[in-house]
Amino acid sequence: MKKILLIGWKDLILAFRDRAALLLMLATPFLLTLGLGFVTGHFSGSSGGIESIPVILVNQDGGQLGNALVDVFRSSDLAQLVAPTVVADPASARQQVDADKAAAAVIIPSGFTASIIPAAGAAAPGPAVQIELYTNPASPTSAGVIKTIVERFLGRVEVGRVAGQVAVTQMLQTQRIRPQDAMQMGAQIGAQQAASNRTLSAITVATSENGGGGIPFDPLAYMAPGMAMMFLMFTAALSGRSLLVERSQGTLPRLLVSPVTSAQVLAGKTTGAYLTGVAQMLILIAASTLLFGLRWGDWLGVLVLVLAAVVAATGWGMIITALARTPGQVMSVGSAITLLFGILGGTFINMDAMPAWFRVATKITPNAWGLDGFTTLALGGRLADVVVPVAALIVMGLVLFAAALVILNRKGIAQP
Amino acid sequence: MAIILEAHNLVKKYGDFAAVKGVSFDIREGEIFSLLGPNGAGKTTTISVLSTLYAPTGGDAVVAGHSVTGDPMAVRRAIGVVPQDLALYDDLTARENLAFWGQMYNLSGKALNARIAEVLEQIGLADRANQRVKTYSGGMKRRVNIGVGLLHRPRLLFMDEPTVGIDPQSRRAILDSVKALNREGMTVLYTTHYMEEAQELSDRVGIIDHGELIALGTQAELRRQVGENDAVIFHIGEGEDGEGLAAAIREIGGVLQARASDHAITIIAPDAEEILAPAITAANQMGAKIRSVEVREPDLEAVFLHLTGRALRD
Repeated sequence: MKKILLIGWKDLILAFRDRAALLLMLATPFLLTLGLGFVTGHFSGSSGGIESIPVILVNQDGGQLGNALVDVFRSSDLAQLVAPTVVADPASARQQVDADKAAAAVIIPSGFTASIIPAAGAAAPGPAVQIELYTNPASPTSAGVIKTIVERFLGRVEVGRVAGQVAVTQMLQTQRIRPQDAMQMGAQIGAQQAASNRTLSAITVATSENGGGGIPFDPLAYMAPGMAMMFLMFTAALSGRSLLVERSQGTLPRLLVSPVTSAQVLAGKTTGAYLTGVAQMLILIAASTLLFGLRWGDWLGVLVLVLAAVVAATGWGMIITALARTPGQVMSVGSAITLLFGILGGTFINMDAMPAWFRVATKITPNAWGLDGFTTLALGGRLADVVVPVAALIVMGLVLFAAALVILNRKGIAQP
Repeated sequence: MAIILEAHNLVKKYGDFAAVKGVSFDIREGEIFSLLGPNGAGKTTTISVLSTLYAPTGGDAVVAGHSVTGDPMAVRRAIGVVPQDLALYDDLTARENLAFWGQMYNLSGKALNARIAEVLEQIGLADRANQRVKTYSGGMKRRVNIGVGLLHRPRLLFMDEPTVGIDPQSRRAILDSVKALNREGMTVLYTTHYMEEAQELSDRVGIIDHGELIALGTQAELRRQVGENDAVIFHIGEGEDGEGLAAAIREIGGVLQARASDHAITIIAPDAEEILAPAITAANQMGAKIRSVEVREPDLEAVFLHLTGRALRD
């Protein structure tokens, strides 16, 4: 194990002493993100990036809270971000999502308001019901935005309900209301609180003035991970290439006549590639946070996602290396795949505008999974919300690494 | 002296091409053994098999009591390898390179640091140890390359043409260091295509050509294969008919052998003085211009020529 780590550490040092590699690993993605920041208005305060997300609303409730949720989606604050359509039939709403005409359908069931606010004359709220969020798996980012809006609304409702209870209790204690009026009064306060435009307008885009307490969506939070993921693939190809460079410069044969097994050498090289990728991602994330004020979201989620994304990228780097004969071949194939994955993964194009089959096909890339995860986290998601991308990235990396191992074992790592 | 390496009928094939064809020899503890042969003779392949880089296609070798096929890891622990091409990390300093390779050979802590300091002194780079290798001259890099091979005090050091492509001064320093290491008790397997190096360094020499070991013994034993003959070399100009001149010289009485190669005619004869005048006359009669004449006592070059009919540099 010690020798594996020594080989990996040596590769990490060599990567960070190579000026050309540094330019590719850190300077280029950073500058491209900076440029995109200017283009999208991140630094000038204007909006950009994700907008006009098609969402279908079904309001079967018709009560105060159901109407309030519809109003949230129709509010001027969200006018640029979402494009809501109200329909009456849940089946038709789901159908539109299935037909890829909307990113999600929000189905507010009958009795939603009554489940929180007791109906006139009722002693207690009705039975609990759930708002259904029917999402389009091909538009994970947009669906994530819709989910966040709904969750924020429900959060406000809950705050309002508790606030109502507290206020009523205080009024009862000070004998300002009669006990028999308490239930109705509390419900009214809660409903007003939940439906208040002032509090709900906390859901807003990044450039909005009244963003206190809300989840600001920064388009740069979509572009920066895209760039980082794309250039992570470059790093993975570069790191894989170093195995072939070592072979041609004679250090690999020298390693193989020292008391080290081929498996240790391969594991060491993979460790080096992995450490380099993790270091690159963490530096890019730290730099964009400190210099651009970018919010990547839950730090634990970001860390786990980075670790998983680098597993997948390293797997790709190793398979490219295993199939190539020369360092030059690794770089040509690696560069082509990096750019292709960058495009497929959504770094340069709005994936929501692409056909469903295309979006499914992009899942072959670490970029697509990584970008889904980073966007979810930037929108307020937690580690639990990125379990699927994390698992997908790890499985992808392990499968590719196993395949690379089989090929390299068959060829012999000392042989071209 | 104990035997530290025994090669038995080693064969290494790449597809249909046999780079090493049944080579057998042994090396005794404490000696410098040279494998002498022209480029492409199979020297590096032989070292690659003996150092366990490649498994032999046939045969086996026992190094320090361990089979290269049965227990390669034990063989690796006993040997040091100085490859023909530089095998260093250019972006690491000499000290970092030595530290990395030392740890690969299981050195660590104070023992490693002390050994690095010793080796840096030995290769004369203590004052530039913290500079990256890429800033070094070719000769300095060669010295670090050798230093890496010595770091763990191997019982047997393989040196594969360590002087190729360097200046005479660095070459001299390397040859002196090989002799110094041997005086300290290290056994050395040295490959070269320079006859002078094999002659200067070796206790015993194996001559290898086309993957076969064609002669083996001490220098005196090998010279005896040629007999007490002299070698006379005529250096001729470009465009001269070397083959024609060699054929004419072979007709002269007392000439045992005459071969043309690389703008030179090499003549083997029991007495150089006896054949010199008639050979020059033959050249004049053919109109061939002789640029210079060299008379040599029998040496390894003559042995190689005697055995193969070709000069080492061919």
